[in-house]
Amino acid sequence: MLYRENGQFRTSYAADQQIFPIAQDRWAILAIVVFAFVGVPLLVDEYLFRAILIPFLILSLAAIGVNILVGYCGQITLGAGAFMAVGAYAAYNFHIRLDGLPLLVSFLLGGCTAAAVGIFFGIPSLRVRGLYLAVATLAAQFFTDWVFLRVPWFTNNASSGSVSVANLQILSWQIETPTDKYLLCLTILVVFALLAKNMTRCAIGRQWMAIRDMDVAAEVIGIRPLFAKLSAFAVSSFFVGTAGALWGFVHLASWEPAAFSVDRSFQLLFMVIIGGLGSIMGSFFGAAFIVILPIMLNQFLPAIGRVFGISISTAGVSHAELIIFGVLIIFFLIKEPHGIARMWSTGKEKLRLWPFPH
Amino acid sequence: MGFFIETLIGGLMAGMLYSLVALGFVLIFKASGVFNFAQGAMVLFAALAMARFSAWIPEWLGIDSRLLANGIAFILSAALMCVVAWLIERLVLRHLVNQDGATLLMATLGIAYVLEGIGSSIFGSDIYRIDVGMPKEPVMILEGSIEGGLLINKEDFVAALVAALLVGTLWLFFQKTSTGRALRAVADDHQAAQSIGIPLNRIWVIVWCVAGLVALVAGIIWGSKLGVQFSLATVALRGLPVVILGGLTSIPGAIIGGLIIGVGEKLSEVYLGPLIGGGIEIWFAYQLALVFLLFRPQGLFGEKIIDRV
Amino acid sequence: MGREFGEVILDLQSVSLAFGGVKALTDISFNVREHEIRAIIGPNGAGKSSMLNVINGVYRPQQGEIILRGQHFTRMNPYKAARAGISRTFQNIALFKGMSVIDNLMTGRNLKIRSNLLQQAFWWGPARREELAHRAKVEEVIDFLEIQHIRKTPVGRLPYGLQKRVDLGRALAMEPSILLLDEPMAGMNVEEKQDMCRFILDVNDQFGTTIVLIEHDMGVVMDVSDRVVVLDYGRKIGDGVPDEVRANPEVVSAYLGASH
Repeated sequence: MLYRENGQFRTSYAADQQIFPIAQDRWAILAIVVFAFVGVPLLVDEYLFRAILIPFLILSLAAIGVNILVGYCGQITLGAGAFMAVGAYAAYNFHIRLDGLPLLVSFLLGGCTAAAVGIFFGIPSLRVRGLYLAVATLAAQFFTDWVFLRVPWFTNNASSGSVSVANLQILSWQIETPTDKYLLCLTILVVFALLAKNMTRCAIGRQWMAIRDMDVAAEVIGIRPLFAKLSAFAVSSFFVGTAGALWGFVHLASWEPAAFSVDRSFQLLFMVIIGGLGSIMGSFFGAAFIVILPIMLNQFLPAIGRVFGISISTAGVSHAELIIFGVLIIFFLIKEPHGIARMWSTGKEKLRLWPFPH
Repeated sequence: MGFFIETLIGGLMAGMLYSLVALGFVLIFKASGVFNFAQGAMVLFAALAMARFSAWIPEWLGIDSRLLANGIAFILSAALMCVVAWLIERLVLRHLVNQDGATLLMATLGIAYVLEGIGSSIFGSDIYRIDVGMPKEPVMILEGSIEGGLLINKEDFVAALVAALLVGTLWLFFQKTSTGRALRAVADDHQAAQSIGIPLNRIWVIVWCVAGLVALVAGIIWGSKLGVQFSLATVALRGLPVVILGGLTSIPGAIIGGLIIGVGEKLSEVYLGPLIGGGIEIWFAYQLALVFLLFRPQGLFGEKIIDRV
Repeated sequence: MGREFGEVILDLQSVSLAFGGVKALTDISFNVREHEIRAIIGPNGAGKSSMLNVINGVYRPQQGEIILRGQHFTRMNPYKAARAGISRTFQNIALFKGMSVIDNLMTGRNLKIRSNLLQQAFWWGPARREELAHRAKVEEVIDFLEIQHIRKTPVGRLPYGLQKRVDLGRALAMEPSILLLDEPMAGMNVEEKQDMCRFILDVNDQFGTTIVLIEHDMGVVMDVSDRVVVLDYGRKIGDGVPDEVRANPEVVSAYLGASH
């Protein structure tokens, strides 16, 4: 089948402003979503769900959130992990303190709390920018680390410092098996990704990008930096916070503040930079890359070692993993600083013209 | 009163070490516009090298003298840091010219992973000691003038002295040598510097070497105080508030910022800690820097940013 | 010339601006009438761009007042200026480089958007309808400026002359009543200059937009503008119709570089 848009004429602005103006793209995405809902649960085993698919879905959601702030609004954040933590702990507190509160409402309230905290920690962005801001967001990270570790109220006075949830249920749907968890995460992700895409192609998205590209000019045409920046912080933190709630409730089921450490923040930033800044699609690519790579390394390194007759110790494997991960990231940044999303779109461009080079 | 001054001095001493870490940040940022998150990994790597070399050299060469062994280990570690600097410039920075800040920052995180991985592969990942003969016993000073005297850790004192010496040397290097002048030119304007024939790549190698040496000194001091272990890499995170407080491009800023953060941390830990719970010093430093930034967005000594349209 | 002008809509009264100790503007007063094309000229560093920056609130003058349609502003800011119908272009093109031409122009419609964030997130009826209506408006601007073929191109990839045109387009998309143009023809070739001149005159003619213009090309200035203000070292040294200004000895000496 050829990837061509010949003969597809868009006769209204509505048709031209669709998310995927090219018919083949629309069908492909639809096919992927249908396959994810119907095909994957039939084909995939439990390990794959637990180790790859569920983390991938949740971290994609978080990466979309980070991308809204970093990629679309241009405000570098190193504190995304903090907002995941706020989302998770807030959802937890809503869940246990308000009896009978529906699970999804807890998640969304978790997200809203994260949004409020995000706005608070976004205030410095009105005064400082660039790397100064990046460092300032670390303040959020270390502060939340400390709060959830030291203030017992947030963990419901759990003596071990770790909190856990059980018996997740939405209406009469018991979320027990990995397939259930996968479907829950997938549904939330699809809805949120659509919302994110809508925002980025509407007025609010243009405000964010205008602030990112040239803030003085943005102000001159009547965009208020205060609103644009803080709304980006709010929406971003809402996404990241909801992802945090899912990460705690669905993926981990029982967790400590360390689950949302500064390493998590770096990981999320990696995802959006490797995936592609300012691209919703890129967030998925980045999340896939970062989730799958360590697992692949973990699986293959000992095997490769055996081929050459070397047995690598567990410690050796983890060191080698670090090195290879670092090297790959540097390699990627050098080869394609605009991320996988850019590779994807150049690839598509070439495919459109194939077999002619121009 | 005596207790307060003791805390204050303790803070200043700790601050001196933060200054050292911050200095590494500032040097690299000034010269190459890279926000070097690998500074902590460099400290760890250098400290690991120093600790292991000083243990291995007596075995390899059969030297008994502690001093000689330490001396050789120091030279070897310094050489190693220069090799690392050269490799970083060759393999990474050279290919990332003109990328934006976030990309460079992520690349240095990649470097940090690689350094940590290689460091623990070569040198092992246990906790090691560095013994450079720092005096451990505390001394009493000013018994005459303050009631009860002041109890000071001699080790801190020596460390602060070394740090001050290093800063002084660097200052001389920057102000008085032609390489230093070239470095400052590059810091001001890459393109202009290049157009008058200053070799950018070589300057970067030199700056990373200097930052590596600063990391080595910081690593030795921290290592001999606390032991060399993985957590040393997080020293970078402790140094960050110092950098933004002092201004990303200012060497005096790094030093004074370090002292302010050191003192602030110690005082908050002692006087505020009991009220709201321990372990507050990390985020307290950040909040301190943050509040400060709200009033002076470019940091204490950073250049003022003027928008032109 | 026989052109009719309306009331004074923009009046600057003894504006002074300094950066630290450096005086950029000293006690400058002039006014702009409705529908006219008002030029500000002067040698490099005369304070022309600062003047525009004061009018739309990017810089805050230490002294003086801006009276816009009878309303007094001592502290203008860019947002208020935009609300009041002032839009502008920039000397060193300040487009949003990562966005397409259409999106750049759409940002110009920002103040007219009524739907809220939630409606936009859900692509809800009002948000969608609004988006389409503004798109139609923007397409009118695109047609006017003859840039249909590049509407989907990211502006960062466009050549300089076209970027200047998009910059004008973004300002026009705001449907301004006063348009400030900061050297719209700088760095253009003759053909591009002619096009730009035509657009400026057409905007003034068709939409009745008042235009304040900074330009170096004397030929252009004398041809298109109705009245001219001359600045030198932050002071006003001349004001009047082109012929008067041309005959002003102080202006001539400033331009010929006579000693001060």
